[in-house]
Amino acid sequence: MAKRVGMEVGIAAAEAVGMCNIDMAAVYPITPQSHIAEHLSEIVADGRIDAEFVTVESEHTSISCVSGASATGARVYTATSSQGLLYMHEILPIVSAMRLPVVMGNANRAISGPINIWNDHSDIMPQRDAGWIVLFADNGQEVVDLTIQSFKIAEHKEVMLPICLNMDGFQLTHTVELIEFPDQKKVDKFLPPRKPLATLHPDNPVSMGTLGMPEIYAEARKSQDVALINSKQYILQIWDEWEKMFGRRYKPVETYRADDAEILMLTMGSMGETAELAVDQLREKGMSVGLVKLRLWRPFPFEELKAAVKNAKLLIVTDRAVSFGGSGGPVYIEVKAGLYHEKERPLIYNYIIGLGGRDVPVPCFVEMFEAAAQSAEKGIVKDYEYYGVRG
Amino acid sequence: MIEIRWHGRGGQGAVTSIEMLALAAIEEGKYAQGFPSFGPERRGAPVAAFNRIDDKRIRVRSAIYNPDVVVVLDPSLVGLVNVLEGLKPDGTLIVNTVKSPDEIKKELNFKGTVVTVDASHIARKELGVPITNTTMLGAVAKAIKVIKLKSLEGPLKERFGRLAPRNINALKRAYKELKISEAA
Amino acid sequence: MKKKKWPETWRTINPGCMVFDAGNARTYHTGSWKAERPEWDDSKCIKCGICYIFCPEGCITQDENGFFRADLNYCKGCGICAHECWPGAITMVEEG
Repeated sequence: MAKRVGMEVGIAAAEAVGMCNIDMAAVYPITPQSHIAEHLSEIVADGRIDAEFVTVESEHTSISCVSGASATGARVYTATSSQGLLYMHEILPIVSAMRLPVVMGNANRAISGPINIWNDHSDIMPQRDAGWIVLFADNGQEVVDLTIQSFKIAEHKEVMLPICLNMDGFQLTHTVELIEFPDQKKVDKFLPPRKPLATLHPDNPVSMGTLGMPEIYAEARKSQDVALINSKQYILQIWDEWEKMFGRRYKPVETYRADDAEILMLTMGSMGETAELAVDQLREKGMSVGLVKLRLWRPFPFEELKAAVKNAKLLIVTDRAVSFGGSGGPVYIEVKAGLYHEKERPLIYNYIIGLGGRDVPVPCFVEMFEAAAQSAEKGIVKDYEYYGVRG
Repeated sequence: MIEIRWHGRGGQGAVTSIEMLALAAIEEGKYAQGFPSFGPERRGAPVAAFNRIDDKRIRVRSAIYNPDVVVVLDPSLVGLVNVLEGLKPDGTLIVNTVKSPDEIKKELNFKGTVVTVDASHIARKELGVPITNTTMLGAVAKAIKVIKLKSLEGPLKERFGRLAPRNINALKRAYKELKISEAA
Repeated sequence: MKKKKWPETWRTINPGCMVFDAGNARTYHTGSWKAERPEWDDSKCIKCGICYIFCPEGCITQDENGFFRADLNYCKGCGICAHECWPGAITMVEEG
């Protein structure tokens, strides 16, 4: 039977990992991910699961350590945040190039400086091109569900890629809320033991992490890109399977009151549900607005995005990170480029919001919708704007 | 939806309070959130923590600006921080103090409902320490009316183990001994 | 030497560029690279094995009498063995 409990989302993330029959984890604690590291080490120390928890001295080591274990065929988990993720950066593209199904939780937090421990997406954005599957959760339930799904997606024999599951630091990780834990027996059925293509074992030696000469490097990179693009169909399959077994539906692009909306806003992560309330308020006032929530950041779901925005006149893209000196926030740049070839495409605005833990309550989303609608009515074309910045 | 802000000091257990209250609400089949004021944890510094409780699924995740209820765990905080900030004019203020509700009303010039309880005294008697977070939960349960006192017992037992009975006694005493002065 | 054969297209690359046929470096005869080859004067050799330890190619082995020889199919002629051999038992001799 599924279990309905109140639990802090960070703790719930560790509990979800505990349900996935992992063999090994190496997690270096960092705010606001620490509760995941602490609780997972407790689960292992209490003997609730048969796994190794390796205490490492840094994130560079935690990601290296889980990668090595993954190469031996183990099911592995790590988690990090902010500067920790940046410290992993050197290893991240190696994990994906070696096609190791590492699952990592990232408690999204701003990067320094100024030093800031609060939530935004500036830690994951610099990892965009590391070749990982990148997912975003809106709430605690999704953190639990997506964590379990991530192992199955990552280990699928046609995928074999690492996954980074993003959960907003504090807003999610430190909030106690209602979570329905799936039944362990059903999870075991959904997620059978890993069947690796090859493992590092002296009895049956293989070479992994080989040199790629100029004659082979470009082919290797293309095959990896194709693997990431193709992973989407297996992600969709696994989400179908999840819905059949557990009843909750997951999509690469989620929409809310968007079908007939003239003005759409796009969000990623936990601010989506707050923005839904702004949509409700404006709908009551008769404004034709809706929401598009991006769950899958990599591989980018171009087809689903195009379908979601095809009837809109205005698309307001919100970004939780800055691309200094660029043409806008990273999500905006991607969305704009993805729609460039479309004959019919909405006017696109970009608001950079919620940096370093700046709160964005419902009235702010309402204001963004209204301000953007007014500018669009006048036909103003503009690039990114920092919303709510003083001065 | 009811929104609650707790004032305490780092280490006094405000975060435990919000967790216990959220768990109790969820146990009753309601929806709830409990979250601290985000940031580093500093012992002794004034801190705030928050609850939302509703019969429907809660979607909003921004901070709480206009709470329906404010709870003050430590009497020394009144005057040190503006405990009334954003509190709805017809809202409820629940204070751990020896003073009467009317004295607090006058002192803070607040016209809503005021609940007072000498939680420090109860906690010292029942727990042996002046940590008032579980005691104040009893007062909150009575004042906000949406949670049954009984629903708090399960989460407290889970959290405090062999110390749970004492905490539950403190909770029950506060539930009985509190004084209320309704909104004018 | 036979020219190295690359996978024909990106489609035929193993996932993660994994190499499944262990020990396939054996088929790669690096001996063709050398301009000089090592020769041992066994009268000077004290059988210390330092040449065997230092050979970067791992192509030096000990024979039944305890003396050392390089497998010239793999020896690149780098001369490290001769450099390290402190009794001076190894001389690099020009090929051809």
